Amino acid sequence: MANKLVSDMCLPPHLAHLLAARRLTTAKDVLSLPEVELMSLLDAGLATARDAVRHVSEFACPPCQTALALLEERVRLGGGGRLATTLCGLDEALGGGIPLGKLTEVVGPSGIGKTQFCLKLALLATLPECYGGLNGRVVYIDTESKFSSRRMIEIGQKSFPQIFRQEGLAQKMAGRILVMRPTSLSDFTKSLEQMKVTLLQNDVKLLIVDSVAAFMSSENERGTTGFTQHPLRWALSFLKSIAELTRIPVVVSNQVRSQSNDDGYHYSFEVKRMGDGVGAERLESHLVAALGIQWAHAVTIRLVFESHSGQRFIKVAKSPMSPAVAFPFIVESSGITLLNDDGIDVSGPEITSIRCQGGSQKGA
Amino acid sequence: MNHTDEEAYAALRGCDMAPNKTAQKLLLQGAQNAWDMLSEEQSQKHITTGSGSLNDILGGGIHCKEVTEIGGVPGVGKTQLGIQLAINVQIPVDYGGLGGKAVYIDTEGSFMVERVYQIAEGCISDIMEYFPCHHDKASSGQENLQPESFLAGIYYFRICSYTEQIAVINYLEKFLGEHKDVRIVIIDSVTFHFRQDFEDLALRTRVLSGLSLKLMKLSKAYNLAVVLLNQVTTKFTEGSFQLTLALGDSWSHSCTNRLILYWKGNERCAYLDKSPSLPVASTPYAVTSKGVRDAGSSSCKRVRVM
Repeated sequence: MANKLVSDMCLPPHLAHLLAARRLTTAKDVLSLPEVELMSLLDAGLATARDAVRHVSEFACPPCQTALALLEERVRLGGGGRLATTLCGLDEALGGGIPLGKLTEVVGPSGIGKTQFCLKLALLATLPECYGGLNGRVVYIDTESKFSSRRMIEIGQKSFPQIFRQEGLAQKMAGRILVMRPTSLSDFTKSLEQMKVTLLQNDVKLLIVDSVAAFMSSENERGTTGFTQHPLRWALSFLKSIAELTRIPVVVSNQVRSQSNDDGYHYSFEVKRMGDGVGAERLESHLVAALGIQWAHAVTIRLVFESHSGQRFIKVAKSPMSPAVAFPFIVESSGITLLNDDGIDVSGPEITSIRCQGGSQKGA
Repeated sequence: MNHTDEEAYAALRGCDMAPNKTAQKLLLQGAQNAWDMLSEEQSQKHITTGSGSLNDILGGGIHCKEVTEIGGVPGVGKTQLGIQLAINVQIPVDYGGLGGKAVYIDTEGSFMVERVYQIAEGCISDIMEYFPCHHDKASSGQENLQPESFLAGIYYFRICSYTEQIAVINYLEKFLGEHKDVRIVIIDSVTFHFRQDFEDLALRTRVLSGLSLKLMKLSKAYNLAVVLLNQVTTKFTEGSFQLTLALGDSWSHSCTNRLILYWKGNERCAYLDKSPSLPVASTPYAVTSKGVRDAGSSSCKRVRVM
């Protein structure tokens, strides 16, 4: 909508001429100027400038819906739509699984099981609907060369023996997963751009990016503190818009980096009251997601994978409709398995922390 | 003209106005004296946040005719509070609410209708609890307290670029003229697209201040509350990184009230950072399955989706 042409807006002729003469061709051109600058550029009075802005705004403004209409549409399109992870407890906490049309992030230290989780999701999305899948293709953007077809088939055979015993089904399922291995950031952005057009046509039902942080940490060493990672911001908006446009779940994995102190965790008004009560906490070096706080704001659901007290946990760290809850899990030959489906209530900001202590590091 | 004072007075009375009011009209068109403002302020109802202690530090709730900015780290409950306000503004006048409608401008795509439905149900069940006698009457006549009717009272705009965000704020003037019952405009979040792809920072500041002036004007003209949700960022001050609300220092002048949501140990807290009339204060609050409530009041803290 931002690139809507002024010439398509049926403006009153004198306004249309005025804007065209100054090469203000899109809604974006007109609206991203402050009033005074627009006046001087158009060489016109305040009334004319305001009139132009008012007309253009009305055309560029997206349509309004009531929340009720939104709900009805959701119901019509099939109950919100989720991709079940087949991890019962997690599915229940998320209201049925990974939501369609939203951006879901999986973050955790290396070797914890993020890729295992992604592999399983990819497989699930290809399954026929009667087995709880989405019966479609999957695009798997593998930036770290971690995708393993053999491992995926193994997960499939162990977790759905009844399906994979059928002749040729493994081939059919695996054939629906398209793995892309971009080698640089520009490669990555290019393939994203291409995808926008082809996703819908090719019946793609899931997009996975594993991991989105790979290029950032290699190409943009200093980028993590200052938010100068422009191509990444673009990728972020783009992934969100793909999710909404095509109503498919988009799952991205994110790495962690260690942070040595509490910098950037408190507001100025908190600092003066804290004193040294936090000294003990500081000794533990803690991990934070590799992509900063801006990225975290943008994802709809964040699942944190962590290990402590000798166990691994999946935590629902951010979700508009879920409780703060953690599930202990293990990685076995059939993929990720929850040890219990009830989950452990987590209180406070602990839900967003990422720990990596003593978790048995078997099977990457 | 040779009128005596008494005649003049009688003429003024004829205008059906208090004498000082007429004088004020003559002095400066459109101005209002401080005493009238006070009485108007006192008669004004506020939009409840769902948490009593949060209402207390805000002086009764979110105020109409004011711009309130709410910021916080991801996952602390900004969107939850935004949705809660969109529901609470619709509490009927009979039950102590404003009986208005809400405009919800979603820039992040984090508006989940299922959750809105759940919060609406929570709100209705609380109303029924506080007004048990009304409930008896409800079976006879008033049966409009359905979650669906609350959902129908939220006008939702989904914004995908900053151009659209500017457009929608410009368009609001017309929209609000057509929908006079709107009492709150929520923008979730004001930051997202502007941080995403606005190259020229000086221009960004000017465009943003233009927007905030427009919002301020709308809030006064249509007697409604404007709530802006904002993200946080890190800022380097006095030798260390600290959290601060995004969009910079000049933006922070553009809202009347500023509320920061943060974690304090295991509790969610709200801190009133800026207000022209209220003292700086902080209070804990909770997000339950029913929505935003007082901390510790609820026995069920776990949100369950059916």
